[in-house]
Amino acid sequence: MVSTAKLEFRDLSIRYGSETALEGVNLSIKPNEIFGIIGPANSGKTSFLRSINRMDEMTTGMKVGGSVLLDGTDVRAWRNVFALRSRIGVVFPLPVGLPMTIRQNVTMAPRMKGIKNKAVLEELVERCLRRAALWDEVKDRLDSLGSMLSGGQQQRLTIARALSQEPDILLLDEFSIAVDPVTTMRIEDVLKELKEEMTIVLVTNLVQQARRLADRTAFFLNGKCIEIGETEDLFTSDSRDPLTRDYVEGRFG
Amino acid sequence: MKFSQTPLDQKNRRNEKLFRMLFMMMAVLLVLPVLAVLSVLIYKGGPALSWDFFITNPTQGMTAGGIWPALVGTMWLVAVALSVSVPLGVSAAIYLSEYAKDNWLTRVINLAIINLAGVPSIVHALFGLGAFVLFFGLGKSILAASLTLAVMTLPEIIVTSREAMQAVPRPFREASWSLGATRWQTIRHIVLPNSGSGILTGIILGVSRTVGETAPIMFTGAAFFLPYMPETVWDQTMAMSLHLFVVATQVPDAPEALPFGVALSLIAMVLTLNTLSIIFRTRLRRKKKW
Ligand SMILES: Nc1ncnc2c1ncn2[C@@H]1O[C@H](COP(=O)(O)OP(=O)(O)O)[C@@H](O)[C@H]1O
Ligand SMILES: [Mg+2]
Repeated sequence: MVSTAKLEFRDLSIRYGSETALEGVNLSIKPNEIFGIIGPANSGKTSFLRSINRMDEMTTGMKVGGSVLLDGTDVRAWRNVFALRSRIGVVFPLPVGLPMTIRQNVTMAPRMKGIKNKAVLEELVERCLRRAALWDEVKDRLDSLGSMLSGGQQQRLTIARALSQEPDILLLDEFSIAVDPVTTMRIEDVLKELKEEMTIVLVTNLVQQARRLADRTAFFLNGKCIEIGETEDLFTSDSRDPLTRDYVEGRFG
Repeated sequence: MKFSQTPLDQKNRRNEKLFRMLFMMMAVLLVLPVLAVLSVLIYKGGPALSWDFFITNPTQGMTAGGIWPALVGTMWLVAVALSVSVPLGVSAAIYLSEYAKDNWLTRVINLAIINLAGVPSIVHALFGLGAFVLFFGLGKSILAASLTLAVMTLPEIIVTSREAMQAVPRPFREASWSLGATRWQTIRHIVLPNSGSGILTGIILGVSRTVGETAPIMFTGAAFFLPYMPETVWDQTMAMSLHLFVVATQVPDAPEALPFGVALSLIAMVLTLNTLSIIFRTRLRRKKKW
């Protein structure tokens, strides 16, 4: 049977040494949806994202069990892990403006793939920065250091950088932690537009952010996926898990 | 109500002052030997220095003339040693910082580095003699002496380079890998550009140590006196450190200013190198891009 899921997780488990970070996760993510993941700290959300682009291979002690399918193919079946990673954009909790200029940040991914044509890169820089709602603020100082920008600007720079990969999956890990509310709203608007072109996995520490953006949401707790459902159901349904209810209503977290 | 001081309080306060004074005096004492050495050298060696002193050969059985061949020889030794130790040391550091897992091989390598760093220079000298001069048949030559110096400075270069690379935050690497960059691309574009100054600092400190070493080159390629300048790495050469030893102890009728002049020149070289490394380090701190 051909699966219509963009990403599918079968009995996913993640361990660091002897410690289990995530266990028995089965879920699938549809193309062009924003899939939210909520849950308190240390519930395994970041580990979950890292299993998708095979970051376990770069982390000593991290072991992934079960399988992660991208377009129906196990990500571990990809011979070229770098090609796999370049299809997946990642935005980290703290903005990681690479220690280089704004322009170099955005052109790094294409340069790694051997694109050298100046005109192509120029066009790419403008397009990605525009889509990340940063162009107007930085267009006059593309050659200054990315790390000189404010936290909110840097986070949009990392989004522009992720877009430069022309990814079909975008992973966001608590992107608003170091970002002011106004910028958070701007980025949320950007994400709503990006959804047309890619599948977005949004890990968030703000349950209301999931409610605003996600089509469906999963609730992680202590390394287990407690519940998956239409986002609105998680917030309102009577039949939801009591743990989910307590969490979204702010009774723990 | 009044807070009265108990005798214990008074004692504590007195001790506080006492220890403060004591430690400060120790710290200040440290400056004295440096000042003493420098002022003696400048006072006694200063008169010997002139432009000619640097660019003429020693004459009259090394009791007169300059230090030109020793100066050039030291540069030869340093240059050849660096051309071996830098590629080797930095590569090893890249391996240890970026590729090595925490396993027995890594532990063995680290242990080897620590031990190599603790080997006295006279032992390096004998090793150089046995290995490079005799076993590999390089003879007493610049090559053999430089290889000996390279082995001696490797641990320092490896350790400082590795530390400089480890100081580059891991999230940068993760961000780069996520973009689809390979380990090598990440090293090339993220790690090395941001640790370059730190690595350079280590190299310069290594050089400044090499410049002063005498034993390792005496057995392997440096000569007391040579009537000609070295032309290839197979030649022997004079060197500053050995030259100082010679004019200070082996040439009884040398004027007193001569050894002090050589010593002053040697110290000047080392201090210049150390100053350079300090400048690089501060520039690195200021330029930190994160
Ligand atoms: N690199 C690591 N090494 C060891 N343990 C880790 C590592 N990363 C995460 N963990 C552990 O895995 C568990 C889940 O962490 P994480 O996936 O970061 O959760 P979350 O993102 O929900 O806060 C935690 O208990 C954490 O301590
Ligand atoms: Mg996390």
